[in-house]
Amino acid sequence: MAGGVTALTAHPTYAVFERYMVLYKRLWRASVFSSFALPLLFLASIGLGVGQYVGSLEGVPYAAWIVPGVLASTAFQMAVGESTYGVLGSFKWTRSSHAMYATRVSIGDMLRGWLLYLVVRGVIAVAVFMAVVVWFGVLASPWALATPLVAALLTVATAAPVTAFAASIDHDSYFALLFRFVMIPATLFSGVFFPVEQMGGWKVAAYVSPLWHGVALCRAATLGQEPPWPVWAHAGVLVAVAAAGWWWASAAFRRRLRD
Amino acid sequence: MQPLIYARGLVKRFGSFTAVDGIDLEVQPGEAFGFLGPNGAGKSSTMRMISCVSMPSAGELRILGRDPVREGPAIRARLGVCPQLDNLDPDLTVWENLTTYARYFGLSRAEARRKAGELLEFAQLTEKASSLVEPLSGGMKRRLTIARAMVNDPELVLLDEPTTGLDPQARHLLWERLFRLKQQGVTLVLTTHYMDEAEQLCDRLVVMDGGRIVAEGSPRRLIEDYSSPEVVELRFGLEELAGYVPRLEGVGDRVDPLPDRILLYAKDGDEAVAEVHRRGLTPSSVLVRRSTLEDVFLHLTGRTLVD
Ligand SMILES: Nc1ncnc2c1ncn2[C@@H]1O[C@H](COP(=O)(O)OP(=O)(O)OP(=O)(O)O)[C@@H](O)[C@H]1O
Ligand SMILES: [Mg+2]
Repeated sequence: MAGGVTALTAHPTYAVFERYMVLYKRLWRASVFSSFALPLLFLASIGLGVGQYVGSLEGVPYAAWIVPGVLASTAFQMAVGESTYGVLGSFKWTRSSHAMYATRVSIGDMLRGWLLYLVVRGVIAVAVFMAVVVWFGVLASPWALATPLVAALLTVATAAPVTAFAASIDHDSYFALLFRFVMIPATLFSGVFFPVEQMGGWKVAAYVSPLWHGVALCRAATLGQEPPWPVWAHAGVLVAVAAAGWWWASAAFRRRLRD
Repeated sequence: MQPLIYARGLVKRFGSFTAVDGIDLEVQPGEAFGFLGPNGAGKSSTMRMISCVSMPSAGELRILGRDPVREGPAIRARLGVCPQLDNLDPDLTVWENLTTYARYFGLSRAEARRKAGELLEFAQLTEKASSLVEPLSGGMKRRLTIARAMVNDPELVLLDEPTTGLDPQARHLLWERLFRLKQQGVTLVLTTHYMDEAEQLCDRLVVMDGGRIVAEGSPRRLIEDYSSPEVVELRFGLEELAGYVPRLEGVGDRVDPLPDRILLYAKDGDEAVAEVHRRGLTPSSVLVRRSTLEDVFLHLTGRTLVD
Protein backbone atom coordinates (compact mmCIF):
# COMPACT_ATOMS: atom_id res chain seq x y z
CA MET A 1 0.00 0.00 0.00
CA ALA A 2 1.23 3.45 -0.89
CA GLY A 3 0.64 6.58 1.15
CA GLY A 4 2.18 8.29 4.14
CA VAL A 5 1.26 5.44 6.45
CA THR A 6 4.55 3.58 6.23
CA ALA A 7 6.56 6.37 7.84
CA LEU A 8 4.61 6.07 11.10
CA THR A 9 5.35 3.62 13.89
CA ALA A 10 2.85 1.30 15.65
CA HIS A 11 1.54 -1.52 13.48
CA PRO A 12 -2.26 -1.49 13.65
CA THR A 13 -2.36 -5.05 14.99
CA TYR A 14 -0.05 -4.02 17.79
CA ALA A 15 -2.11 -0.88 18.48
CA VAL A 16 -5.20 -3.07 18.97
CA PHE A 17 -3.25 -5.41 21.26
CA GLU A 18 -2.05 -2.39 23.21
CA ARG A 19 -5.61 -1.16 23.77
CA TYR A 20 -6.46 -4.37 25.60
CA MET A 21 -3.21 -4.24 27.53
CA VAL A 22 -4.02 -0.71 28.77
CA LEU A 23 -7.02 -2.23 30.48
CA TYR A 24 -5.16 -5.36 31.62
CA LYS A 25 -2.47 -3.23 33.27
CA ARG A 26 -5.21 -1.88 35.52
CA LEU A 27 -6.80 -5.26 36.24
CA TRP A 28 -3.90 -7.70 36.21
CA ARG A 29 -3.66 -8.07 39.97
CA ALA A 30 -7.16 -9.47 40.28
CA SER A 31 -6.61 -11.68 37.28
CA VAL A 32 -3.25 -13.03 38.47
CA PHE A 33 -4.67 -13.56 41.93
CA SER A 34 -7.42 -15.77 40.57
CA SER A 35 -4.92 -17.73 38.44
CA PHE A 36 -2.98 -18.18 41.66
CA ALA A 37 -5.86 -19.05 43.96
CA LEU A 38 -7.58 -21.49 41.62
CA PRO A 39 -4.87 -24.17 41.53
CA LEU A 40 -4.44 -23.94 45.29
CA LEU A 41 -8.14 -24.54 45.82
CA PHE A 42 -8.08 -27.39 43.35
CA LEU A 43 -5.09 -29.10 44.87
CA ALA A 44 -6.54 -28.71 48.35
CA SER A 45 -9.88 -30.18 47.30
CA ILE A 46 -8.36 -33.01 45.32
CA GLY A 47 -5.40 -33.72 47.54
CA LEU A 48 -7.50 -33.78 50.70
CA GLY A 49 -10.80 -34.92 49.23
CA VAL A 50 -11.42 -36.65 45.93
CA GLY A 51 -7.87 -37.94 45.61
CA GLN A 52 -8.31 -40.04 48.76
CA TYR A 53 -11.02 -42.05 47.02
CA VAL A 54 -9.56 -42.16 43.56
CA GLY A 55 -5.98 -42.92 44.50
CA SER A 56 -4.26 -43.16 41.17
CA LEU A 57 -5.37 -43.12 37.55
CA GLU A 58 -3.56 -44.52 34.54
CA GLY A 59 -0.68 -45.25 36.86
CA VAL A 60 -0.19 -41.74 38.27
CA PRO A 61 -1.52 -40.09 41.46
CA TYR A 62 -4.88 -38.46 40.76
CA ALA A 63 -3.57 -34.99 41.66
CA ALA A 64 -0.79 -35.27 39.08
CA TRP A 65 -3.28 -36.65 36.55
CA ILE A 66 -5.83 -33.86 36.98
CA VAL A 67 -3.45 -30.87 37.16
CA PRO A 68 -2.79 -30.67 33.39
CA GLY A 69 -6.54 -30.97 32.77
CA VAL A 70 -7.33 -28.11 35.09
CA LEU A 71 -4.46 -26.17 33.55
CA ALA A 72 -5.92 -26.49 30.06
CA SER A 73 -9.42 -25.77 31.26
CA THR A 74 -8.19 -22.56 32.90
CA ALA A 75 -7.08 -21.28 29.50
CA PHE A 76 -10.29 -22.60 27.92
CA GLN A 77 -12.59 -20.88 30.43
CA MET A 78 -10.67 -17.62 30.23
CA ALA A 79 -10.93 -17.67 26.43
CA VAL A 80 -14.69 -18.36 26.51
CA GLY A 81 -15.41 -15.86 29.27
CA GLU A 82 -13.51 -13.02 27.62
CA SER A 83 -14.99 -13.62 24.18
CA THR A 84 -18.69 -13.33 25.00
CA TYR A 85 -20.31 -10.18 26.43
CA GLY A 86 -17.30 -7.99 25.75
CA VAL A 87 -17.26 -8.86 22.07
CA LEU A 88 -21.01 -8.49 21.52
CA GLY A 89 -21.02 -5.26 23.53
CA SER A 90 -18.27 -3.70 21.47
CA PHE A 91 -20.54 -4.02 18.44
CA LYS A 92 -23.96 -3.55 19.93
CA TRP A 93 -23.77 -1.44 23.06
CA THR A 94 -20.60 0.63 23.15
CA ARG A 95 -19.83 0.39 19.43
CA SER A 96 -16.15 0.74 20.27
CA SER A 97 -15.40 -1.79 17.53
CA HIS A 98 -16.98 0.58 15.05
CA ALA A 99 -14.72 3.33 16.36
CA MET A 100 -11.67 1.11 15.95
CA TYR A 101 -12.68 0.19 12.42
CA ALA A 102 -13.06 3.85 11.41
CA THR A 103 -9.25 4.11 11.52
CA ARG A 104 -6.31 2.50 9.76
CA VAL A 105 -7.16 -0.74 11.62
CA SER A 106 -8.51 -3.56 9.43
CA ILE A 107 -10.69 -6.47 10.50
CA GLY A 108 -7.61 -8.72 10.36
CA ASP A 109 -5.79 -6.33 12.71
CA MET A 110 -8.74 -6.32 15.10
CA LEU A 111 -8.80 -10.10 15.27
CA ARG A 112 -5.04 -10.53 15.48
CA GLY A 113 -4.66 -7.89 18.20
CA TRP A 114 -7.52 -9.39 20.20
CA LEU A 115 -6.33 -12.99 19.96
CA LEU A 116 -2.76 -11.97 20.73
CA TYR A 117 -4.01 -10.32 23.89
CA LEU A 118 -5.93 -13.46 24.91
CA VAL A 119 -2.86 -15.59 24.24
CA VAL A 120 -0.87 -13.37 26.59
CA ARG A 121 -3.64 -13.76 29.18
CA GLY A 122 -3.78 -17.51 28.71
CA VAL A 123 -0.02 -17.93 28.92
CA ILE A 124 0.20 -15.77 32.05
CA ALA A 125 -2.62 -17.73 33.72
CA VAL A 126 -0.99 -21.06 32.91
CA ALA A 127 2.47 -19.88 33.94
CA VAL A 128 1.20 -18.67 37.32
CA PHE A 129 -0.70 -21.92 37.78
CA MET A 130 2.42 -23.96 37.06
CA ALA A 131 4.56 -21.83 39.33
CA VAL A 132 2.18 -22.84 42.13
CA VAL A 133 1.71 -26.52 41.40
CA VAL A 134 5.36 -27.24 40.69
CA TRP A 135 5.92 -27.17 44.47
CA PHE A 136 3.49 -30.04 44.92
CA GLY A 137 5.58 -32.31 42.76
CA VAL A 138 2.84 -32.86 40.20
CA LEU A 139 4.88 -31.81 37.15
CA ALA A 140 6.77 -34.97 36.37
CA SER A 141 8.55 -34.06 33.13
CA PRO A 142 10.63 -31.17 31.77
CA TRP A 143 8.19 -31.24 28.84
CA ALA A 144 5.90 -29.35 31.23
CA LEU A 145 7.68 -26.25 29.95
CA ALA A 146 5.79 -26.76 26.68
CA THR A 147 2.37 -26.34 28.32
CA PRO A 148 2.21 -22.55 27.87
CA LEU A 149 2.59 -23.20 24.16
CA VAL A 150 -0.32 -25.62 24.23
CA ALA A 151 -2.31 -23.08 26.26
CA ALA A 152 -1.64 -20.45 23.58
CA LEU A 153 -2.90 -22.72 20.82
CA LEU A 154 -5.92 -23.82 22.86
CA THR A 155 -6.74 -20.18 23.65
CA VAL A 156 -6.85 -19.27 19.97
CA ALA A 157 -8.80 -22.42 19.02
CA THR A 158 -11.39 -21.53 21.68
CA ALA A 159 -11.51 -17.74 21.46
CA ALA A 160 -11.74 -17.52 17.66
CA PRO A 161 -15.01 -19.46 17.28
CA VAL A 162 -16.53 -18.00 20.47
CA THR A 163 -15.65 -14.47 19.31
CA ALA A 164 -17.27 -15.30 15.98
CA PHE A 165 -20.39 -16.55 17.76
CA ALA A 166 -20.55 -13.42 19.93
CA ALA A 167 -20.19 -11.20 16.87
CA SER A 168 -22.94 -13.08 15.04
CA ILE A 169 -25.76 -13.00 17.56
CA ASP A 170 -28.17 -10.15 18.14
CA HIS A 171 -29.03 -10.76 21.74
CA ASP A 172 -27.00 -11.78 24.77
CA SER A 173 -29.53 -14.45 25.79
CA TYR A 174 -27.77 -16.76 23.30
CA PHE A 175 -24.80 -16.84 25.67
CA ALA A 176 -26.86 -18.90 28.11
CA LEU A 177 -27.13 -21.55 25.38
CA LEU A 178 -23.41 -21.38 24.76
CA PHE A 179 -22.61 -21.84 28.44
CA ARG A 180 -25.14 -24.60 29.04
CA PHE A 181 -24.81 -26.64 25.89
CA VAL A 182 -21.22 -26.04 24.86
CA MET A 183 -18.98 -24.79 27.59
CA ILE A 184 -20.17 -26.88 30.54
CA PRO A 185 -20.41 -30.16 28.60
CA ALA A 186 -17.01 -29.45 27.06
CA THR A 187 -15.50 -28.89 30.49
CA LEU A 188 -17.08 -32.04 31.92
CA PHE A 189 -16.45 -34.42 29.03
CA SER A 190 -13.07 -33.39 27.65
CA GLY A 191 -10.93 -35.58 29.85
CA VAL A 192 -10.28 -32.94 32.49
CA PHE A 193 -11.62 -34.97 35.42
CA PHE A 194 -11.73 -38.52 34.05
CA PRO A 195 -10.43 -40.27 30.92
CA VAL A 196 -12.77 -40.02 27.95
CA GLU A 197 -12.32 -43.76 27.38
CA GLN A 198 -14.86 -44.22 30.20
CA MET A 199 -17.52 -42.67 27.95
CA GLY A 200 -17.47 -45.67 25.60
CA GLY A 201 -18.64 -44.76 22.10
CA TRP A 202 -19.48 -41.25 23.30
CA LYS A 203 -15.81 -40.48 23.48
CA VAL A 204 -15.87 -39.41 19.82
CA ALA A 205 -17.85 -36.38 21.03
CA ALA A 206 -14.72 -35.26 22.85
CA TYR A 207 -12.72 -35.38 19.63
CA VAL A 208 -14.48 -32.25 18.33
CA SER A 209 -13.78 -30.34 21.54
CA PRO A 210 -10.63 -28.22 21.35
CA LEU A 211 -10.39 -28.61 25.10
CA TRP A 212 -9.88 -32.38 24.85
CA HIS A 213 -6.95 -31.90 22.46
CA GLY A 214 -5.52 -29.21 24.73
CA VAL A 215 -5.89 -31.47 27.78
CA ALA A 216 -4.32 -34.40 25.94
CA LEU A 217 -1.26 -32.35 24.98
CA CYS A 218 -0.92 -30.73 28.42
CA ARG A 219 -1.17 -34.09 30.14
CA ALA A 220 1.39 -35.63 27.82
CA ALA A 221 3.70 -32.73 28.59
CA THR A 222 3.42 -32.63 32.38
CA LEU A 223 3.52 -36.42 32.79
CA GLY A 224 6.07 -36.98 30.05
CA GLN A 225 3.87 -39.57 28.31
CA GLU A 226 2.73 -40.19 24.77
CA PRO A 227 -0.59 -38.41 24.01
CA PRO A 228 -3.58 -40.52 22.77
CA TRP A 229 -3.07 -39.28 19.21
CA PRO A 230 0.21 -38.18 17.67
CA VAL A 231 1.16 -34.66 18.75
CA TRP A 232 0.78 -33.36 15.20
CA ALA A 233 -2.78 -34.70 15.04
CA HIS A 234 -3.85 -32.97 18.27
CA ALA A 235 -2.12 -29.77 17.22
CA GLY A 236 -3.59 -30.09 13.74
CA VAL A 237 -7.15 -30.24 15.10
CA LEU A 238 -6.51 -27.17 17.23
CA VAL A 239 -5.07 -25.28 14.26
CA ALA A 240 -8.02 -26.33 12.09
CA VAL A 241 -10.57 -25.18 14.69
CA ALA A 242 -8.67 -21.91 15.11
CA ALA A 243 -8.62 -21.37 11.34
CA ALA A 244 -12.33 -22.11 10.98
CA GLY A 245 -13.08 -19.78 13.89
CA TRP A 246 -10.95 -17.08 12.32
CA TRP A 247 -12.77 -17.37 9.02
CA TRP A 248 -16.16 -17.26 10.73
CA ALA A 249 -15.15 -14.31 12.92
CA SER A 250 -13.88 -12.34 9.92
CA ALA A 251 -17.20 -12.85 8.16
CA ALA A 252 -19.17 -11.89 11.27
CA PHE A 253 -17.07 -8.76 11.85
CA ARG A 254 -17.47 -7.77 8.21
CA ARG A 255 -21.22 -8.13 8.37
CA ARG A 256 -21.40 -6.07 11.54
CA LEU A 257 -18.96 -3.32 10.63
CA ARG A 258 -19.54 -2.86 6.93
CA ASP A 259 -23.37 -2.99 6.79
CA MET B 1 -8.15 19.13 -9.35
CA GLN B 2 -9.25 15.63 -8.37
CA PRO B 3 -12.29 15.68 -6.07
CA LEU B 4 -11.77 14.25 -2.56
CA ILE B 5 -15.18 12.67 -2.71
CA TYR B 6 -16.60 11.41 -5.96
CA ALA B 7 -19.88 9.50 -6.12
CA ARG B 8 -22.03 8.48 -9.07
CA GLY B 9 -25.34 6.71 -8.66
CA LEU B 10 -24.42 5.78 -5.09
CA VAL B 11 -26.93 3.40 -3.50
CA LYS B 12 -27.26 1.89 -0.04
CA ARG B 13 -29.80 -0.81 0.65
CA PHE B 14 -30.64 -2.51 3.92
CA GLY B 15 -32.42 -5.69 2.88
CA SER B 16 -35.17 -4.57 0.55
CA PHE B 17 -35.15 -1.01 1.93
CA THR B 18 -33.26 1.63 -0.04
CA ALA B 19 -31.77 4.22 2.30
CA VAL B 20 -29.67 6.03 -0.30
CA ASP B 21 -31.19 6.01 -3.73
CA GLY B 22 -28.62 6.87 -6.38
CA ILE B 23 -26.88 10.11 -5.45
CA ASP B 24 -24.11 12.00 -7.26
CA LEU B 25 -21.58 14.01 -5.29
CA GLU B 26 -18.31 15.80 -5.82
CA VAL B 27 -16.46 17.52 -3.01
CA GLN B 28 -13.28 19.43 -3.83
CA PRO B 29 -10.26 19.83 -1.55
CA GLY B 30 -10.68 22.66 0.92
CA GLU B 31 -14.45 22.79 0.59
CA ALA B 32 -16.88 22.79 3.50
CA PHE B 33 -19.79 20.67 2.40
CA GLY B 34 -23.06 20.03 4.22
CA PHE B 35 -25.92 17.56 4.16
CA LEU B 36 -29.34 18.73 5.25
CA GLY B 37 -32.45 16.63 5.37
CA PRO B 38 -35.21 15.37 7.63
CA ASN B 39 -34.83 12.31 9.88
CA GLY B 40 -34.34 9.16 7.83
CA ALA B 41 -33.30 11.04 4.68
CA GLY B 42 -30.17 8.91 4.33
CA LYS B 43 -27.56 11.43 5.53
CA SER B 44 -25.83 9.11 8.00
CA SER B 45 -25.97 6.17 5.59
CA THR B 46 -24.18 8.36 3.04
CA MET B 47 -21.65 9.60 5.59
CA ARG B 48 -20.85 6.03 6.63
CA MET B 49 -20.13 5.10 3.03
CA ILE B 50 -17.92 8.18 2.62
CA SER B 51 -16.02 7.23 5.76
CA CYS B 52 -15.26 3.89 4.05
CA VAL B 53 -16.82 1.68 6.70
CA SER B 54 -20.20 0.93 5.14
CA MET B 55 -19.98 -0.66 1.69
CA PRO B 56 -22.05 0.80 -1.16
CA SER B 57 -24.79 -1.50 -2.53
CA ALA B 58 -24.37 -0.03 -6.01
CA GLY B 59 -22.84 2.89 -7.85
CA GLU B 60 -19.37 4.32 -7.93
CA LEU B 61 -17.54 5.84 -4.98
CA ARG B 62 -14.02 7.18 -4.77
CA ILE B 63 -12.58 8.81 -1.68
CA LEU B 64 -9.26 10.67 -1.93
CA GLY B 65 -9.15 9.26 -5.44
CA ARG B 66 -9.13 5.65 -4.20
CA ASP B 67 -11.50 2.73 -3.98
CA PRO B 68 -13.05 2.28 -0.49
CA VAL B 69 -13.79 -1.40 -1.03
CA ARG B 70 -10.21 -2.41 -1.78
CA GLU B 71 -8.22 0.31 0.00
CA GLY B 72 -10.33 0.95 3.09
CA PRO B 73 -7.60 1.10 5.74
CA ALA B 74 -5.29 3.27 3.61
CA ILE B 75 -8.08 5.79 3.01
CA ARG B 76 -9.39 5.73 6.57
CA ALA B 77 -5.87 6.50 7.78
CA ARG B 78 -6.35 9.99 6.34
CA LEU B 79 -9.95 10.62 7.50
CA GLY B 80 -11.32 12.01 10.73
CA VAL B 81 -14.76 10.67 11.57
CA CYS B 82 -17.25 11.81 14.18
CA PRO B 83 -20.26 9.47 13.93
CA GLN B 84 -23.78 10.50 14.85
CA LEU B 85 -23.73 8.31 17.97
CA ASP B 86 -20.72 8.59 20.26
CA ASN B 87 -18.70 5.38 20.28
CA LEU B 88 -16.07 6.16 22.87
CA ASP B 89 -14.31 3.31 24.63
CA PRO B 90 -16.01 3.01 28.04
CA ASP B 91 -13.25 0.84 29.50
CA LEU B 92 -10.72 3.62 29.04
CA THR B 93 -10.22 7.06 30.52
CA VAL B 94 -10.66 10.26 28.55
CA TRP B 95 -6.88 10.47 28.12
CA GLU B 96 -6.55 6.81 27.09
CA ASN B 97 -9.38 7.20 24.61
CA LEU B 98 -7.27 9.76 22.77
CA THR B 99 -3.90 8.02 23.09
CA THR B 100 -5.16 4.57 22.03
CA TYR B 101 -7.01 6.13 19.11
CA ALA B 102 -3.81 7.89 18.08
CA ARG B 103 -2.04 4.52 18.18
CA TYR B 104 -4.69 3.02 15.87
CA PHE B 105 -3.45 5.58 13.36
CA GLY B 106 0.14 4.58 13.96
CA LEU B 107 1.39 7.59 15.94
CA SER B 108 4.38 6.95 18.17
CA ARG B 109 3.72 6.91 21.92
CA ALA B 110 5.30 10.32 22.45
CA GLU B 111 3.40 11.78 19.51
CA ALA B 112 0.16 10.24 20.81
CA ARG B 113 0.66 11.84 24.21
CA ARG B 114 1.44 15.23 22.70
CA LYS B 115 -1.63 15.03 20.48
CA ALA B 116 -3.87 13.91 23.36
CA GLY B 117 -2.78 16.90 25.44
CA GLU B 118 -3.46 19.26 22.60
CA LEU B 119 -6.88 17.77 21.86
CA LEU B 120 -7.97 17.80 25.50
CA GLU B 121 -7.26 21.51 25.39
CA PHE B 122 -9.31 21.75 22.16
CA ALA B 123 -12.24 19.90 23.75
CA GLN B 124 -11.82 21.78 27.04
CA LEU B 125 -11.62 18.50 28.91
CA THR B 126 -8.12 18.84 30.37
CA GLU B 127 -9.30 18.50 33.96
CA LYS B 128 -11.29 15.36 33.02
CA ALA B 129 -8.24 13.59 31.57
CA SER B 130 -8.21 10.75 34.09
CA SER B 131 -11.97 10.31 34.33
CA LEU B 132 -13.67 7.35 32.70
CA VAL B 133 -16.01 8.20 29.86
CA GLU B 134 -19.28 7.11 31.47
CA PRO B 135 -19.60 9.90 34.06
CA LEU B 136 -19.06 12.64 31.46
CA SER B 137 -22.05 14.72 30.43
CA GLY B 138 -23.54 14.18 26.98
CA GLY B 139 -21.95 17.34 25.62
CA MET B 140 -18.53 16.42 27.03
CA LYS B 141 -18.71 13.02 25.36
CA ARG B 142 -19.61 14.73 22.13
CA ARG B 143 -16.65 17.06 22.43
CA LEU B 144 -14.35 14.15 23.13
CA THR B 145 -15.64 12.26 20.07
CA ILE B 146 -15.02 15.31 17.90
CA ALA B 147 -11.55 15.80 19.36
CA ARG B 148 -10.76 12.12 18.78
CA ALA B 149 -11.59 12.57 15.09
CA MET B 150 -8.73 15.07 14.79
CA VAL B 151 -6.06 12.82 16.29
CA ASN B 152 -4.46 11.91 12.95
CA ASP B 153 -4.49 15.43 11.47
CA PRO B 154 -7.02 14.29 8.86
CA GLU B 155 -7.24 15.73 5.37
CA LEU B 156 -10.96 15.08 5.24
CA VAL B 157 -13.12 15.48 8.35
CA LEU B 158 -16.59 13.88 8.43
CA LEU B 159 -18.91 15.12 11.16
CA ASP B 160 -22.38 13.62 11.53
CA GLU B 161 -24.47 16.08 13.55
CA PRO B 162 -21.41 17.30 15.44
CA THR B 163 -23.15 19.88 17.58
CA THR B 164 -26.27 17.97 18.58
CA GLY B 165 -26.31 18.08 22.36
CA LEU B 166 -23.76 20.87 22.72
CA ASP B 167 -24.57 24.00 24.66
CA PRO B 168 -24.50 27.29 22.69
CA GLN B 169 -21.08 28.24 23.99
CA ALA B 170 -19.55 24.88 22.99
CA ARG B 171 -21.25 25.09 19.62
CA HIS B 172 -19.80 28.47 18.82
CA LEU B 173 -16.40 27.34 20.00
CA LEU B 174 -16.61 24.32 17.71
CA TRP B 175 -17.66 26.48 14.77
CA GLU B 176 -14.65 28.65 15.37
CA ARG B 177 -12.35 25.58 15.52
CA LEU B 178 -13.86 24.12 12.37
CA PHE B 179 -13.47 27.44 10.64
CA ARG B 180 -9.78 27.43 11.58
CA LEU B 181 -9.36 23.90 10.23
CA LYS B 182 -10.93 25.06 7.01
CA GLN B 183 -8.47 27.95 6.80
CA GLN B 184 -5.69 25.37 7.05
CA GLY B 185 -7.08 23.65 3.97
CA VAL B 186 -8.84 20.74 5.68
CA THR B 187 -11.94 19.57 3.82
CA LEU B 188 -15.06 19.40 5.98
CA VAL B 189 -18.20 17.39 5.38
CA LEU B 190 -20.98 17.62 7.91
CA THR B 191 -24.62 16.90 8.48
CA THR B 192 -26.77 19.05 10.66
CA HIS B 193 -30.32 19.89 11.61
CA TYR B 194 -29.31 23.45 12.51
CA MET B 195 -29.77 25.77 9.57
CA ASP B 196 -27.67 28.49 11.17
CA GLU B 197 -24.82 26.00 11.44
CA ALA B 198 -25.15 25.09 7.78
CA GLU B 199 -25.22 28.78 6.79
CA GLN B 200 -22.22 29.59 8.97
CA LEU B 201 -19.98 26.71 8.01
CA CYS B 202 -20.83 25.38 4.59
CA ASP B 203 -19.69 26.66 1.23
CA ARG B 204 -22.02 24.24 -0.43
CA LEU B 205 -24.98 22.15 0.68
CA VAL B 206 -27.20 19.39 -0.53
CA VAL B 207 -30.67 18.79 0.78
CA MET B 208 -31.56 15.09 0.95
CA ASP B 209 -35.01 13.61 1.22
CA GLY B 210 -36.05 9.98 0.89
CA GLY B 211 -32.53 8.90 -0.08
CA ARG B 212 -32.22 11.39 -2.93
CA ILE B 213 -30.64 14.79 -3.35
CA VAL B 214 -33.42 17.29 -3.92
CA ALA B 215 -31.35 20.48 -4.11
CA GLU B 216 -27.76 21.59 -4.21
CA GLY B 217 -25.93 24.89 -4.00
CA SER B 218 -24.39 27.49 -1.73
CA PRO B 219 -26.64 28.62 1.14
CA ARG B 220 -27.24 31.94 -0.63
CA ARG B 221 -27.94 30.25 -3.92
CA LEU B 222 -30.43 27.84 -2.36
CA ILE B 223 -32.30 30.72 -0.79
CA GLU B 224 -32.40 32.55 -4.11
CA ASP B 225 -33.57 29.45 -5.97
CA TYR B 226 -36.09 28.05 -3.55
CA SER B 227 -37.33 30.96 -1.52
CA SER B 228 -38.11 34.65 -1.90
CA PRO B 229 -36.02 37.47 -0.43
CA GLU B 230 -38.46 38.06 2.42
CA VAL B 231 -40.91 36.03 4.44
CA VAL B 232 -43.96 37.22 6.33
CA GLU B 233 -45.10 35.14 9.30
CA LEU B 234 -48.76 35.54 10.15
CA ARG B 235 -50.41 34.19 13.28
CA PHE B 236 -54.14 34.09 13.83
CA GLY B 237 -54.67 33.26 17.47
CA LEU B 238 -56.15 29.84 17.99
CA GLU B 239 -58.25 29.71 14.84
CA GLU B 240 -58.03 27.02 12.17
CA LEU B 241 -55.40 28.25 9.72
CA ALA B 242 -56.45 26.33 6.62
CA GLY B 243 -59.46 28.59 6.15
CA TYR B 244 -57.20 31.59 5.59
CA VAL B 245 -55.22 30.03 2.77
CA PRO B 246 -57.72 30.74 -0.03
CA ARG B 247 -58.13 34.30 1.20
CA LEU B 248 -54.36 34.83 0.96
CA GLU B 249 -54.18 33.45 -2.57
CA GLY B 250 -51.93 35.61 -4.74
CA VAL B 251 -50.28 37.53 -1.90
CA GLY B 252 -46.54 37.31 -2.55
CA ASP B 253 -45.09 34.35 -4.48
CA ARG B 254 -46.31 31.48 -2.32
CA VAL B 255 -48.38 30.72 0.76
CA ASP B 256 -47.31 27.99 3.20
CA PRO B 257 -49.53 27.12 6.14
CA LEU B 258 -47.59 25.53 9.01
CA PRO B 259 -49.31 24.06 12.06
CA ASP B 260 -48.94 27.27 14.08
CA ARG B 261 -48.54 30.04 11.49
CA ILE B 262 -48.84 30.93 7.82
CA LEU B 263 -45.76 31.90 5.82
CA LEU B 264 -45.98 34.31 2.89
CA TYR B 265 -43.00 34.30 0.58
CA ALA B 266 -42.60 37.70 -1.06
CA LYS B 267 -40.06 39.98 -2.71
CA ASP B 268 -41.24 42.82 -0.52
CA GLY B 269 -42.60 41.81 2.89
CA ASP B 270 -44.12 45.16 3.84
CA GLU B 271 -45.99 45.27 0.56
CA ALA B 272 -47.41 41.79 1.27
CA VAL B 273 -48.50 42.85 4.75
CA ALA B 274 -50.30 45.86 3.27
CA GLU B 275 -52.10 43.52 0.87
CA VAL B 276 -53.14 41.24 3.75
CA HIS B 277 -54.71 44.23 5.51
CA ARG B 278 -56.36 45.44 2.28
CA ARG B 279 -58.10 42.03 2.11
CA GLY B 280 -59.61 42.74 5.50
CA LEU B 281 -57.60 40.09 7.42
CA THR B 282 -56.47 40.86 10.96
CA PRO B 283 -53.66 38.54 12.03
CA SER B 284 -52.87 38.52 15.75
CA SER B 285 -49.18 38.94 14.95
CA VAL B 286 -47.12 39.86 11.90
CA LEU B 287 -43.39 39.36 11.45
CA VAL B 288 -41.43 40.38 8.35
CA ARG B 289 -37.98 38.80 8.06
CA ARG B 290 -35.34 37.81 5.54
CA SER B 291 -35.57 34.38 4.02
CA THR B 292 -33.34 31.70 5.60
CA LEU B 293 -32.24 28.18 4.82
CA GLU B 294 -34.97 26.99 7.15
CA ASP B 295 -37.52 28.23 4.63
CA VAL B 296 -35.74 26.41 1.81
CA PHE B 297 -35.66 23.28 3.91
CA LEU B 298 -39.33 23.44 4.82
CA HIS B 299 -40.24 24.03 1.22
CA LEU B 300 -38.08 21.24 -0.22
CA THR B 301 -38.68 18.47 2.24
CA GLY B 302 -42.42 18.69 2.18
CA ARG B 303 -42.87 19.89 5.70
CA THR B 304 -45.32 22.36 4.17
CA LEU B 305 -48.94 21.32 3.66
CA VAL B 306 -49.68 23.16 0.43
CA ASP B 307 -47.17 24.10 -2.22
N1 LIG C 1 -28.23 -0.61 9.71
C1 LIG C 1 -29.44 -0.35 9.20
N2 LIG C 1 -30.31 -1.35 8.98
C2 LIG C 1 -31.53 -1.11 8.46
N3 LIG C 1 -31.99 0.12 8.15
C3 LIG C 1 -31.18 1.16 8.35
C4 LIG C 1 -29.87 0.99 8.89
N4 LIG C 1 -29.29 2.20 8.98
C5 LIG C 1 -30.20 3.08 8.51
N5 LIG C 1 -31.33 2.47 8.13
C6 LIG C 1 -32.52 3.12 7.57
O1 LIG C 1 -32.12 3.94 6.51
C7 LIG C 1 -32.84 5.16 6.50
C8 LIG C 1 -31.86 6.32 6.50
O2 LIG C 1 -31.20 6.35 7.75
P1 LIG C 1 -30.08 7.41 8.06
O3 LIG C 1 -29.56 7.09 9.39
O4 LIG C 1 -29.12 7.44 6.93
O5 LIG C 1 -30.91 8.76 8.09
P2 LIG C 1 -30.45 10.23 8.52
O6 LIG C 1 -30.70 11.10 7.36
O7 LIG C 1 -29.08 10.21 9.05
O8 LIG C 1 -31.49 10.56 9.67
P3 LIG C 1 -31.30 11.38 11.06
O9 LIG C 1 -31.47 12.81 10.73
O10 LIG C 1 -32.43 10.88 11.90
O11 LIG C 1 -29.96 11.04 11.60
C9 LIG C 1 -33.75 5.11 7.73
O12 LIG C 1 -35.05 4.77 7.30
C10 LIG C 1 -33.19 4.02 8.58
O13 LIG C 1 -34.20 3.34 9.28
MG1 LIG D 1 -28.25 10.57 10.82
